[in-house]
Amino acid sequence: MGKKHQTPLLDELKKGKWISFVREIERAAEKSERTEDLLGQVEESYHDKVNHWKHGGMAGVKGYGAGMVGRFSEYPDKYPGIKECHSMRIIPSAGFFYNSDFLRKLADISEKHAGGLLNFHGATGNIQILGMSQAEAEDVFQAVAELGFDLGGSGSDLRTPSCCAGQARCEFANFDTMKICRHLTEEYLDELHRPAFNYKFKFKFSGCANDCVASAARSDLAFIGTWKDKIKINQEEVKNYKKKFNVQKYVLDKCPTKCMWFEGENLVIDDENCVKCMHCINELPKALKAGDERGCSILIGAKAPLVTGPRMGMMLVPFYDVNEDAKNDYEWIKSLISNMWEFWDEYGVSRERIGELIGRVGLNTFLEGIGLEPIPEMVEHPRSNPFIKFTEDEEE
Amino acid sequence: MAEEVKKKRLTDIGPHDYNEYLSPVIKNNYGKWAYHEILDPGTMVHVAESGDKLYTVRMGSPRLVSGSFVRDICDIADKYCGGHLRFTTRNNVEFLIEDEKNVEPLKKDLEKMGYNVGGIGNIVANIVHTQGWVHCHTSASDASGVVKSVMDELYEYFVEDKLPSKVRIAFACCLNMCGSVSSSDIAIVGTHRKPPRIDAERLRNLCEIPSTIAACPTNSIRPDTVDGKPGVKVNEETCVFCGSCYTVCPAMPIANAENDGLSIWVGGKVSNARTKPTFSKLAIPFIPNDPPRWPGVVNAVKTILNEYKKGAEPGERVGEWIDRIGWPRFFKITGFPFTKYHIDDFRLGETTMNYSSHARL
Repeated sequence: MGKKHQTPLLDELKKGKWISFVREIERAAEKSERTEDLLGQVEESYHDKVNHWKHGGMAGVKGYGAGMVGRFSEYPDKYPGIKECHSMRIIPSAGFFYNSDFLRKLADISEKHAGGLLNFHGATGNIQILGMSQAEAEDVFQAVAELGFDLGGSGSDLRTPSCCAGQARCEFANFDTMKICRHLTEEYLDELHRPAFNYKFKFKFSGCANDCVASAARSDLAFIGTWKDKIKINQEEVKNYKKKFNVQKYVLDKCPTKCMWFEGENLVIDDENCVKCMHCINELPKALKAGDERGCSILIGAKAPLVTGPRMGMMLVPFYDVNEDAKNDYEWIKSLISNMWEFWDEYGVSRERIGELIGRVGLNTFLEGIGLEPIPEMVEHPRSNPFIKFTEDEEE
Repeated sequence: MAEEVKKKRLTDIGPHDYNEYLSPVIKNNYGKWAYHEILDPGTMVHVAESGDKLYTVRMGSPRLVSGSFVRDICDIADKYCGGHLRFTTRNNVEFLIEDEKNVEPLKKDLEKMGYNVGGIGNIVANIVHTQGWVHCHTSASDASGVVKSVMDELYEYFVEDKLPSKVRIAFACCLNMCGSVSSSDIAIVGTHRKPPRIDAERLRNLCEIPSTIAACPTNSIRPDTVDGKPGVKVNEETCVFCGSCYTVCPAMPIANAENDGLSIWVGGKVSNARTKPTFSKLAIPFIPNDPPRWPGVVNAVKTILNEYKKGAEPGERVGEWIDRIGWPRFFKITGFPFTKYHIDDFRLGETTMNYSSHARL
């Protein structure tokens, strides 16, 4: 039997209306006794106001350099159940769609071999099973694999790609996010399972500029849906919306490029000046739709602050014809990715994200390295200092 | 024998085929949706060009869940959704329902079981968060406990649509900023205030000195000789307590019970609607850890939300509202003191100053 610990501080967090994680840990402990010790150690952290995990820790399965995060308790004698408390990352189903049969089997695995706790999902998108020992890792991996699921990324590798629900359940989706997400994950399984990069690299796919997987902030390479032709307008539905709220004030006046106006009763859009921000379509979903020439923009370099400061993804390719490329097994994008990784491999240093590398060597050098031409969409505005490095081929 | 074991192992099978998990109505209308409507903060309907309808009921989740939780939601999905369900990118659960008649009974069942239905529309959605004291070694605070405390207090905003626009709250237990705190309407970030402690003896054995030096954003770590052996020293004048050195070197622990806590950030967003994506900016540099309920953090978040609700125009995100009224007014109405810590002094910090005579006097 796992030893019961007194948890007066955590017990406070069983009160209140929002679903309680403490109750969830307790429920897990009913099925997996070792998790009693997790409650004990977390209670001790609440008392001491510091975490009680040892630094780092390696854990893994044969043949892979990634997929598990090792964790050891600072007090293994006091909390033997979590002496080893590793987590395993599992590649989710694209768009996070599941059925009850799979989820029940996964719950069984987590209770039989680990602490009975799961994260749905980690921030990158993995399913996580928490609280296993190294000795159990292989069994859990194989049990999960028998359900048709593989381990996700960790360390200096391609991390698990993720995407929004896209065309499965959204009228805004400009490309099939789930299809390309799955395809590129399969294409780069080796890069995902066996870390060979300078540092981590993430892909995320959002079907439109609303960016529901936050790709522009959370992935080194972000795919954000967009379109090239005119927004389709249903004038009758526009009139219906006008009866319900002030369309001029809340839609037209909020347009970032002021490219919409009324001519009589009819809504007019100057599509050449539209930046595809989605605001009008969000507000009037029954009346407005993206055009038919759909694809996505590609943004590069987003990352969290360490080490040189946070970065958002910056525009690299304004329009990628993903539907056309899908017909060729995504040959064009795979060649671009391969160029990027080669450049990063050649010029990047250890623990340098690709965004930091671009910041260090300059966008021009990077573009030359990967074979893209500079275009005005890449910048907010041209440079305002005169320290220009003219190159020899410009002289004479 | 060994060869046999090797043969049986399954590896590199890749992502599972999602098509297996799509309900018939999704398969039939994939890429052919016409529009959607939000029926209430827990329910929306997607209408396909074919006229088919798909109802979605969204339910809050603590993200860290037990096998029993998983079985609960599976039971509901079996009873009303043919076993189909999904999770959202903010870690909520969504039940995908084809028959409208099942919507209300499903919601009643969830409520009976103590689950929270909501999270759609102009609401406070689930808080994207991290591991905290439950599973991470670099955490400066706990994730699950702060999130639970904040969501208990803001519960009405999860279940009722009464804000000017959606409000995304995010939490990270250190400034690795796993998740989305760098671009959320309101962000809560674990923060240290003291330099790392160097264990010279262990450092020699456990750490790679050059990578430890390279991990520092302010170049505060230098090679040093300790007792005639290689080591490092930290310039405490320039150290910003980020904890990056501890991440790469176990002999430089930085957690400190009295000096760790949380900072509050506001005004970030990732959507491109109207305005470009933008980072969250510092509102409160430090609030001490105060488990189990973190009242200081809860009050700060509530203050921001209340002023935003009072002052923002319909459709304005928190960052757009602050841009309109100006930062001096934001500090005035929230009562948060503006301090020297709010002035950026890292790398391109000077680009954040006000190069104009513009002031709302």
